[in-house]
Amino acid sequence: MADLSRTAAIVGVAESDEIGTVPNKSSLQHHMEAAANALDDAGLTKSDVDGLFTAGYSTYATGDYLGIKPRFTDSTTVGGSSFIIHIAHAIAAINAGWCEVALITHGQAGRSNRAPQPADPSLPTLQYEIPYGFIGQPINYAMGATRYMHQYGEERTRQALAEIAVSTRKWALMNPKAAMKDPMSFEDYHNSRWIAWPFHLFDCCLVTDAGAAVVVTSAERARSAKKPPVWVLGAAESHDHLGISTMPDLTSSVSRHTGPAALGMAGLTHSDIDLAMIYDSFTYTVLITLEGLGFCGPGEGPDFVAGQRTAPGGDFPMNTSGGGLSYTHPGMYGIFLIIEAVRQLRGECGERQVPDCGISLVNGTGGALSSTGTVVLARD
Amino acid sequence: MTQQPYSKPLPTPQPESDFYWEKTKEHELWLRYCNECNQAYFYPRDICPVCFSRNTTWVQASGKGTLHTFAIVHRAPTPAFRDDAPFVVAIVDLEEGPRMPTNLVEVEPDPSAIHVGMPVEVVFEDVTEEITLPKFKPAG
Repeated sequence: MADLSRTAAIVGVAESDEIGTVPNKSSLQHHMEAAANALDDAGLTKSDVDGLFTAGYSTYATGDYLGIKPRFTDSTTVGGSSFIIHIAHAIAAINAGWCEVALITHGQAGRSNRAPQPADPSLPTLQYEIPYGFIGQPINYAMGATRYMHQYGEERTRQALAEIAVSTRKWALMNPKAAMKDPMSFEDYHNSRWIAWPFHLFDCCLVTDAGAAVVVTSAERARSAKKPPVWVLGAAESHDHLGISTMPDLTSSVSRHTGPAALGMAGLTHSDIDLAMIYDSFTYTVLITLEGLGFCGPGEGPDFVAGQRTAPGGDFPMNTSGGGLSYTHPGMYGIFLIIEAVRQLRGECGERQVPDCGISLVNGTGGALSSTGTVVLARD
Repeated sequence: MTQQPYSKPLPTPQPESDFYWEKTKEHELWLRYCNECNQAYFYPRDICPVCFSRNTTWVQASGKGTLHTFAIVHRAPTPAFRDDAPFVVAIVDLEEGPRMPTNLVEVEPDPSAIHVGMPVEVVFEDVTEEITLPKFKPAG
């Protein structure tokens, strides 16, 4: 395989103008605002964009709305990890000469959307899962957590889920853009209502309205960007099922492939990572992703996150934006992980800045724990 | 007493699964079986998803299995499930090997009453004239 490490860089990142509860804006408007903001962050304009990437919508919808006629398009849609995977595809496209300035956009009025998309009844999930009420990811992921508790112990798993929820909220309190503004105690976590046992409310991500965009370009072009480039050192993608009932092992995230592959491409090991941005659709997602990525072994996640290790001041900074649990999560969240990693690597995070943050590993998870995309990013 | 119309989502049988849904209507559970791999698989597909063989057939399942995992749904995902909550979603390991999604019924929706690994057996719910859903209950 060609060595594409450090051949492209992220030069622009941004959210849409307002995120959270935004009833007066459509999903596509969130795309457009975020695109304009990210291009501004990069010091580029719309006319520079020749590669267009999105998920959920096809790029012919976003291209039309944004008024962009790309010469490279990618609408890969594998859930919330898609945008991490788009970075891998953008690197390949840039190196192949298919495009030079890749714009990845996302927008989702997850909270205020007026017309949810109907699903295709020929999908196996529609036929075999949905009739039983396997509707919405809290229910699907909860079944994964139950299996994990069976294999590795209910009490220690419960404590781990609480550790993740509480530590993530602490980071959110330092992010002015975070939806959740109040502190969360362990007691608050345990007392929050049941959504789908074993998940409390505070095991589950938010549902917000939000957009985000990321600009990726060639090494040469990145040198003249407005801000220091953030290099893509490694990238990998995979998926191993669609619905939760066909997941090969409900306690093992497919990040077990993408983590080692991305780190291998980067030529780095776990101890090189200063910041972990781990998709937290649910507390449980984080637990098995840390294991899959190889930060710890199967069943060791509860020990790894113990003692608020991932909180501000802990020795393993994680999800410093406040995550999908406490910052924002419009439905597909992966692109927001990239935004925070880039801001941390640029040193733009103020009160929540991770000291001397040089390398970040970003892992997105999509669907019913179905897909992952991992990238390793580094400052200039 | 008039019956409430069934408002929860229904499967739309597909060409490769018409037989499956016809058999559930007869209160039988049938699985697709690969004669090359010598194993059953779920969900039904004409071509084996393990080895791509077309040498596949249908076999009747015993309806016995064990509980692979479950969740107890307190917050109904759609209004149609409101009267059911709390209810139990489950994935069952069938005796023949495959895993299938289902509901665990005829059990208290309480984690102290339900255990991963517990033996379960199929029951059939005729939810409409056209559709019968195979569900599972604790084995007697």
